[in-house]
Amino acid sequence: MKILEINKLVKLFGGLAAVSKFDLYINKGELVGLIGPNGAGKTTAFNLITGVYEPTSGEVIFAGENIAGVKPFKINQKGMARTFQNIRLFKDLTVLDNVRIAYHSHVKYSVFSSLFRLKSFFVEEKEIEEKAIDFLKIFSLDHKKDELAKNLPYGEQRRLEIARALAAQPKLLLLDEPAAGMNPQETHDLMELIAMIREKFDLTILLIEHDMSLVMGVCERIYVLDHGMLIANGTPDVIRNDPKVIEAYLGEEA
Amino acid sequence: MKINRQLVFNLSLAFILFFLIHFLMSAKIISQYYQLNIYLLFINIIMATSLNLVNGFLGQLHLGHAGFMAIGAYTSAAMTTNMDLPFLPSILVGSIAAFVVGVLVGYPILRLGGDYLAIATLGFGEIVRIMIVNTEYVGGARGLSGIPRYTNWPILFLITVAIILLIRNYINSSHGRAVLSIREDEIAAETMGINLTKYKVMTFAIAAFFAGTAGALYAHYFFIITPATFNFLKSVDYLVMAVLGGLGSITGSIFAATGLTIISALLQDFGAVRMIAYSVVLVAIMLFRPSGLMGTKEMKFSFLDKKGGNKE
Repeated sequence: MKILEINKLVKLFGGLAAVSKFDLYINKGELVGLIGPNGAGKTTAFNLITGVYEPTSGEVIFAGENIAGVKPFKINQKGMARTFQNIRLFKDLTVLDNVRIAYHSHVKYSVFSSLFRLKSFFVEEKEIEEKAIDFLKIFSLDHKKDELAKNLPYGEQRRLEIARALAAQPKLLLLDEPAAGMNPQETHDLMELIAMIREKFDLTILLIEHDMSLVMGVCERIYVLDHGMLIANGTPDVIRNDPKVIEAYLGEEA
Repeated sequence: MKINRQLVFNLSLAFILFFLIHFLMSAKIISQYYQLNIYLLFINIIMATSLNLVNGFLGQLHLGHAGFMAIGAYTSAAMTTNMDLPFLPSILVGSIAAFVVGVLVGYPILRLGGDYLAIATLGFGEIVRIMIVNTEYVGGARGLSGIPRYTNWPILFLITVAIILLIRNYINSSHGRAVLSIREDEIAAETMGINLTKYKVMTFAIAAFFAGTAGALYAHYFFIITPATFNFLKSVDYLVMAVLGGLGSITGSIFAATGLTIISALLQDFGAVRMIAYSVVLVAIMLFRPSGLMGTKEMKFSFLDKKGGNKE
């Protein structure tokens, strides 16, 4: 069953086609990679899928519904969450609050209930806190729950961003270069973490990455973008041997 | 439910303060002049804390808060003075009027960010003032006089404490955290499922509601209100209090409003020197505490946080 299907997606910035005629599908439970050289349009594709940008034309069908042009918060509520290439945490809030905020769209108590501290407020707040701490435990960040997000070391900030995305309880998780700036050991740990959360939360994942060992190691299928165009897609073995990919991207190494 | 010691302690302090000032006022130990300033101080506290909701917690630069105060003041005063209606419903209607205008104005202008929003809110404040100048029903430029003095010490004190509690409750909830996330990073907030428009407009309108309440209390203490009272400089005064106390700190706003009102009252006799001294104090505080007196922290009595204490 396809959870995400993208048909002929186009995004023009003035005369520049950042993404043109981009097609992609992801089956439920898959882990798919999106690679390509710098400026290929990977992050633009992510922004189009999550609603940060409005597509010029084309369809984004998520769980059977066209979400092209829908606002980001609604797309999130439909079950999609993401991380960012350049970490976008709520820097001056605590680690716990970062995760609790992602849980907000599942909160049922009203503003009235919070203003007058009705019973539903206390009941749900307790539940939110417990759930948030559970997420932090998975990422072994629970002992830092009261630290400000900006004071965490870089690797932990990356992990917190994934924890925050997961707290929104998505069906589809989009990770934009989760291993950027990490050393090989950290990258290895991250790969294991991604495999673990995918299993545990029954997730479908779309991943942008530069680190070839990570992409080839974990992804079941890979899409390759260059100059906004899809130049190849298939299993890691197919991609590794595709002449166009080697020319565009792996060229220097081949 | 565990007992929140901080809350109980703070409310007890407030209770003691209430009776202390009440006694000093009724025994005429506090002069008429200082009594007036105490009333003004509590109105300033409402204005500064409610403005902090928008400027500090939501992170949007709002320069027209006095406009909402004017709406509350004029609506309620017109009801009591021109229509002979009772005081409490008039406060409520004045506040609701400010809230409604807050929603109507907030919806289009809160799409703007930074400097553009500042200019739009500034323009809003001036529009309110000019509309009042041209409304003969409420006295036009001469102002509305003969307003009954309904604001008394218990009403003012209770409403102020209630507003502070409501603002605190709003911020310390999932809805409040949604507001904070908008200040921190709009794009991240929106992709995390936060409806930006909803929370911006709602927070702006709640702040407007409380400004309306403050305006109603103001009008019914000072007998007379004129459009000039609610000009741009008034909005700036409240902004100064919010910034000085710390954007994102309710207790900070309370301290700053208190401190600045007292300084201004003490310097009344010094004429022109007053404004210079006042400004020097502001510059000095901003130099030594660039993020305001309290930053984004709240004052807490840490000795109350022993085992069993419930932090919120």
